[in-house]
Amino acid sequence: MLDSTEEGYVTADGRQIGGVVMEMRNITLRFGGVVAIKDISFDIREGEIRAIIGPNGAGKSSMLNVISGFYNPQEGEVIYRGSKRPQMRPFQVARQGIARTFQNIALFEGMTVLDNVMTGRLNHMKASLLDQAFWWGKAQREEVANRQKAEEIIDFLEIQHIRKTPVGRLPYGLKKRVELARALVSEPSILLLDEPMAGMNVEEKEDMSRFILDVNDEYGTTIVLIEHDMGVVMDLSDRVVVMDYGKKIGDGTPTEVRSNQEVIDAYLGVAHD
Amino acid sequence: MPDQLIFAMEVTINGLLNGVMYALVALGFVLIFKASGIFNYAQGVMALFAAMTLVGIQQGRVPFGHLINEIFGTDVHYFGWEVPALAAILLTVVVMLAFAVLVQKFVFKHLVGQEPIILFMATIGLAYFLEGVSDLMWGSEIRNMDVGLPQGINDAIDAATFEIFGYGFFIDNLDISAAIIAAILVGGLIAFAQYTKQGRAMRAVADDHQAALSVGIKLNYVWVLVWTLAGIVALVAGIMWGSKSGVQFSLSLIALKALPVLMLGGFTSIPGAIVGGLIIGMGEALFEFSIGPMIGGATENWFAYVLALVFLVFRPQGLFGEKIIERV
Repeated sequence: MLDSTEEGYVTADGRQIGGVVMEMRNITLRFGGVVAIKDISFDIREGEIRAIIGPNGAGKSSMLNVISGFYNPQEGEVIYRGSKRPQMRPFQVARQGIARTFQNIALFEGMTVLDNVMTGRLNHMKASLLDQAFWWGKAQREEVANRQKAEEIIDFLEIQHIRKTPVGRLPYGLKKRVELARALVSEPSILLLDEPMAGMNVEEKEDMSRFILDVNDEYGTTIVLIEHDMGVVMDLSDRVVVMDYGKKIGDGTPTEVRSNQEVIDAYLGVAHD
Repeated sequence: MPDQLIFAMEVTINGLLNGVMYALVALGFVLIFKASGIFNYAQGVMALFAAMTLVGIQQGRVPFGHLINEIFGTDVHYFGWEVPALAAILLTVVVMLAFAVLVQKFVFKHLVGQEPIILFMATIGLAYFLEGVSDLMWGSEIRNMDVGLPQGINDAIDAATFEIFGYGFFIDNLDISAAIIAAILVGGLIAFAQYTKQGRAMRAVADDHQAALSVGIKLNYVWVLVWTLAGIVALVAGIMWGSKSGVQFSLSLIALKALPVLMLGGFTSIPGAIVGGLIIGMGEALFEFSIGPMIGGATENWFAYVLALVFLVFRPQGLFGEKIIERV
């Protein structure tokens, strides 16, 4: 097991990981009689890439929805930056600095790429309607700063060439990237990615992996991701939570998880010698 | 120039100006439909209510006067003051804001995620409720609307056209001011939607609720905002139609005139509402002028609907509506 002191740990590739940003304590989530998540606890540390994996229906997406406030668990606590988080609605969680993407892409299809990315800055705008109407003072400064940040992220994710294209016309792979840009532009303290590589071909997957690593490296963003593709997860993530039927069956570095017998049985299949 | 052509020009201009009035009503529908997917049957009644409130405030009437007199045995009808038009309009805007907050809080907040038909039914209920409230608050007599808009024939146009064609066009000043005010209103709405934070949030909610939540937009806030805007548009439409034909119950039926405009222009497009209104206004005026006399006249009552039906066959999404593509 990793050294889980207050100060964090050093990853295999030499990155320093900080203290705990968010801690899930004994989370249980039910839909009627169905238990989607059963008494799960884990933590997320500053600057790490944390993966949640598991077979279909294991409760991974539900877990992400708990973190982002789309679901409220019946039992357990979410500790965010040292204090217990009260029941919150998704927009409140977003305003706390937790950004996310969706498994089935949720973009504003009728708006351009730039407009989509700019919506990610809405919570950084404080100017009053009056200021905006006359385009003076704060309104102007904010708009310029927000636009700069948006352009920076657009450059970073290499989507400059489609800045003015309505998102509805883009192919799937690019849409995924725009969604990442919109989440990233809000300068989140935690970035949640729900199957960022689902439905992509090998080349697109490689691109997306590179972007995820670059984001983490360049901005030091803490990333929590759900992914099906085992190879990708093992390459990308620093620590992995493995879920099966709503329960946690493993937690640790990719190497540790890979050698965990329960995980092998449940998810990776029994090895053929 | 032949007389017929000159008459046709006059009819066209008047038709276009009428179309602006239709567009004003249609605009209110589009705003709410775009942002929340609700087809707001109550839009016409909102125009009636807004106009009644404006007149009531202006004349210093006591709201719920009848009710108060009935219960307490008093005999109050007027406060005894008159409110200037501009102040009365601002107060009416505040009333429409309060209406938006209440509608969201007591009706649509509880219906989030329901089928469109259920939301539609709710707006039908809302329409009758609001009609009742309007009656109870201000009474049901016909009122004159006078907010100081110019009325009557425009002498300048009359003189100028007489100079050119030897025939003076009859263009009503009220129609001209309606067109100017509508243009300002639409310009303002578009600027608001495009360039302000609130407008951006509004467009985002119109497009995708889930995505809007994930970037930290409070849906309730945006919906209240949209209902307020629709209330303001209803107020403007109410002022225009009220100045033209008096504030009375039939004002709420102008909503029916907006339906063919929406089918033509598309339910989701602000420019569509404008162009649709203009086409319907001009089309029905020209049709009445050219074909009307052959078939006994009064074609204005049905022409718009027939035109809308023809459009439904060839372009079900309307002229500017978003294309409906569904994958199977």
